[in-house]
Amino acid sequence: MITIENFILITILSPLVVCVLTPFTSKNTILIDFLGPIGGIISSWGALNIMNSALNNQNTTLEIVKIAEGVSIGFEVTPLGAIFGLVASFLWIFAAIYSIGYMRGNKEKNQTRFYAFYAMAVHAAICIAYASDLLTLFIFYEILTFSTYPLVTHNQNETAQKAGRLYMSILVGSSVILLLPAIIWVWVATGSLEMSQNGVLEGKLDAAYAPLLLAMFVFGIGKAALMPIHKWLPAAMVAPTPVSALLHAVAVVKAGVFTMLIVLTNVFGIDFLAKTGASEWLIWLASFTLLATSIIAIYKDDLKARLAYSTISQLSYITLGGALATSMATQGAALHIITHAAGKITLFFVAGALYVGAKITKISDLNGHGISAPLIFLAFFVGSLSIIGVPPMVGSWSKFFLMLGAADSGYVVVIGVFCISTILNAFYLMEIPARAFFFKKEREINIKIPKLILIPTLITSFLTILLFFFIEPFQNLTSMIASKI
Amino acid sequence: MIDILIKNLPIIVVLCPLMMSLLVVLIPNIFFSWALTTLSTFLTFLFSILLYQEIQIHSHISYALGKWMPPIGIEYIIDKVAIIPIIIISGISFLATIFAYKIMPEEIEKKSISKVYSLWLLAIAGLLGLVTTGDAFNLFVFLEISSLASVALVAMGAHKDKQALVAAYNYLIIGAVGATLYVIGVGLLYGVTGTLNMADLTNRIADINNNRALIAGFGFMIIGIMVKAAVFPLHIWLPRAYAYAPSAVSVLLAATATKASLYILARILFSIFENSEDLVNNTLLFVILPLSLLAMFAGTIMAIYEKDIKRLLAHSSVAQIGYITLAFAIGTKASIAAGFIHMFNHAIIKGGLFIAITSIAFYINKRVTVNNLSGLGREMPITFFCFVLCSLSLAGLPLTAGFISKLYLIKASISSDGIWLAVLILISSALSVVYLWKIIEVMWMREGKKIVKKENPTIYISLIIITFLNIYFGLDASLVVNGSFEAADKLIGDIK
Repeated sequence: MITIENFILITILSPLVVCVLTPFTSKNTILIDFLGPIGGIISSWGALNIMNSALNNQNTTLEIVKIAEGVSIGFEVTPLGAIFGLVASFLWIFAAIYSIGYMRGNKEKNQTRFYAFYAMAVHAAICIAYASDLLTLFIFYEILTFSTYPLVTHNQNETAQKAGRLYMSILVGSSVILLLPAIIWVWVATGSLEMSQNGVLEGKLDAAYAPLLLAMFVFGIGKAALMPIHKWLPAAMVAPTPVSALLHAVAVVKAGVFTMLIVLTNVFGIDFLAKTGASEWLIWLASFTLLATSIIAIYKDDLKARLAYSTISQLSYITLGGALATSMATQGAALHIITHAAGKITLFFVAGALYVGAKITKISDLNGHGISAPLIFLAFFVGSLSIIGVPPMVGSWSKFFLMLGAADSGYVVVIGVFCISTILNAFYLMEIPARAFFFKKEREINIKIPKLILIPTLITSFLTILLFFFIEPFQNLTSMIASKI
Repeated sequence: MIDILIKNLPIIVVLCPLMMSLLVVLIPNIFFSWALTTLSTFLTFLFSILLYQEIQIHSHISYALGKWMPPIGIEYIIDKVAIIPIIIISGISFLATIFAYKIMPEEIEKKSISKVYSLWLLAIAGLLGLVTTGDAFNLFVFLEISSLASVALVAMGAHKDKQALVAAYNYLIIGAVGATLYVIGVGLLYGVTGTLNMADLTNRIADINNNRALIAGFGFMIIGIMVKAAVFPLHIWLPRAYAYAPSAVSVLLAATATKASLYILARILFSIFENSEDLVNNTLLFVILPLSLLAMFAGTIMAIYEKDIKRLLAHSSVAQIGYITLAFAIGTKASIAAGFIHMFNHAIIKGGLFIAITSIAFYINKRVTVNNLSGLGREMPITFFCFVLCSLSLAGLPLTAGFISKLYLIKASISSDGIWLAVLILISSALSVVYLWKIIEVMWMREGKKIVKKENPTIYISLIIITFLNIYFGLDASLVVNGSFEAADKLIGDIK
């Protein structure tokens, strides 16, 4: 019988073990390929067990080191953390398989370094999911930034260096200048770095300061990519596609919105937010980001850039859900972490597949190629429908709850925002399969997609349909977040 | 035997390097003079550890030199405050001496090496004397011993680069001005109070109110020490001196020299003048606080535009000294503790960075500028790795010692209603990432010529130790944090 404490260790340590073992297996091509997927399977096995314990309302905490009095690093199981941990570790399995196909198909250099830092980044993301206090959260937030830097600058050319500089300066800068003092402010106000299910600030912080502190958190969490600190995400698209797929559509950005939700629910507390109205400005900022980036996405011809802006827009759904401060909206926001992850990773997988198969990066080059690679465009179509929120794709669930939450909160305008954004989503995502299947072919290109790329892409796109029917355990978890409010 | 040793520890800590320095000068052999220096710094470190244990029991040791009872005789005081700089100085000088073995003969004429080691020990003795003495005039003597020895050490860099002579001359003149100002201040205080013993001064100042001579004396002392501590804008001697000194000397000076003076600054502000609250508070608020903020930004910005790496690190030291004086300027118990935490952490951070950079200089055999570093990260993985870790520590990223200092400094400033101070501190430390990243990126990204064949273990051993300390004290900071809080408690506990 393995205790939950050990499951936490298994889940967070297996990517780290993969990271450490990778350099030693660099001579053996078979072994290095197997490391990632096996690590992912072990890690998500642990994450599943953790989720099970969260469903049974077990409270598990695990202290790792005590740095000084009242400052320690530790992990615990929360419903939201269980969701994010499972998403990151489970999708890592497919991303790991996919990256073998991608890196080989593209004949990339420095593959060992790539795999090692890839696993390191997953490790940091999972640690964020189970962080028990703000300091642990912050530490792994920073490790995540640093471990993705070698991945973003993987090509080591001038563009990559420039993008890397922008990436680091925005993410490290915002977190160090704003997030850290915000965390220390909470520490000074409440006397501890702990978080609790109902928030810790009520009665400890003068309500007049609440909007300021919230602003420090919101702009400090650069990974959530709210405007105007979203520029790093399009810049990070210079990285190889497996990085964009798992990290910049799932692990890194979801770590950002996860931190945002944790701060809104477990530090401020939804009650405190609703009472003080501290988050009202955040609703408008998130709505603006949501629409503005959707419009920008329409004008991007580069496929990955369009997906990046679409990601920023979808992240704002989650922030918006948290800021609305009702139980339905929070539930929708938490569900959106899962649903968007499954959909967006598929879309990025397709973008990478097209690059490996035919060196296509521009949407305008896709005309008429649907017939030569029907499966991959079908996968894109299914993923897009999920992002847009059409049943029976899983994306419809989270949109449904978010809309209910908006109605609950009384901000009717927000419902309108969701509707307009859905139309925009459809507009910029549907263009791609439409061009591929219905436009006239301009030139002959032979698209050859390796099996190791095709299979994970099909699995994740199938996942968006499958999850629609098996959303119940996740919905139970999210309703636990909501019921505690 | 042991009993006598323990009883006389406060003076032995100073005498050990002082006496050995006289001995070392007689040994012409490079290896033996180094071995003797290493032995004596090791013994000094050992004695300071013993002293630390004594302090845990007695908390205040007063030692009357030559059995002349204070306040007439010279008193040596070791308490929970003084032990922090003692440990820093003796520990770092031990590591720096190990490091010096390979580096020193490369940069200095063979025949003067034993003289250098003699000066080296003399400087260490001076610094240790500075922090142990309880007598204001005796402090001046040690101040001069340490500065003259370090000036001579800096001048030794002339064998490689004649600029060192200018640097040493600057250091000498400015240092002498500082020391003179200090001694004028001591003279004025002596005129008003009739005593030189620090503890006695504290008591007698309490009875004197609003005496002009007292205020002037205070001003002279503070400014004199601020010159020595390189508080902005009195720091101009520092970048040149650190940049052109022989590599091992840069390591020693950067990690220890200003720390002793900062400690004296804290002593003057919070212990000698603890009874003239208005005077001290006004000085903190209107002089030290703005200067610290200026130092934080000016030092960092200078570092960003600097191409020569040793100078860059020296500018960064000016900024880091700004953090420490800022902590003192806030003036609460938590902030002074944060100042001492950073004093300790900065010593191990800057020591590590200087060791890393000077080992690179050893291999490429020319001045280290940003452009010379291309591709060295891949050729010297150990040195590079340690450099990156120490840089992260300087920038204050979690799991490193530097994070702990920032954490407590910011906590202290927020709890004394200075959230804007906290934001300024963080902006400045985020800016420090800019210059550190500049170095790391060049070392890692650019292609370079193959220069380095193999890293030399005798050089990187001390680098590894000091980097390990940076990580260890980031993970288990209770020793430093508790020690610093006890020190702050001792300094201002009974007033505020």
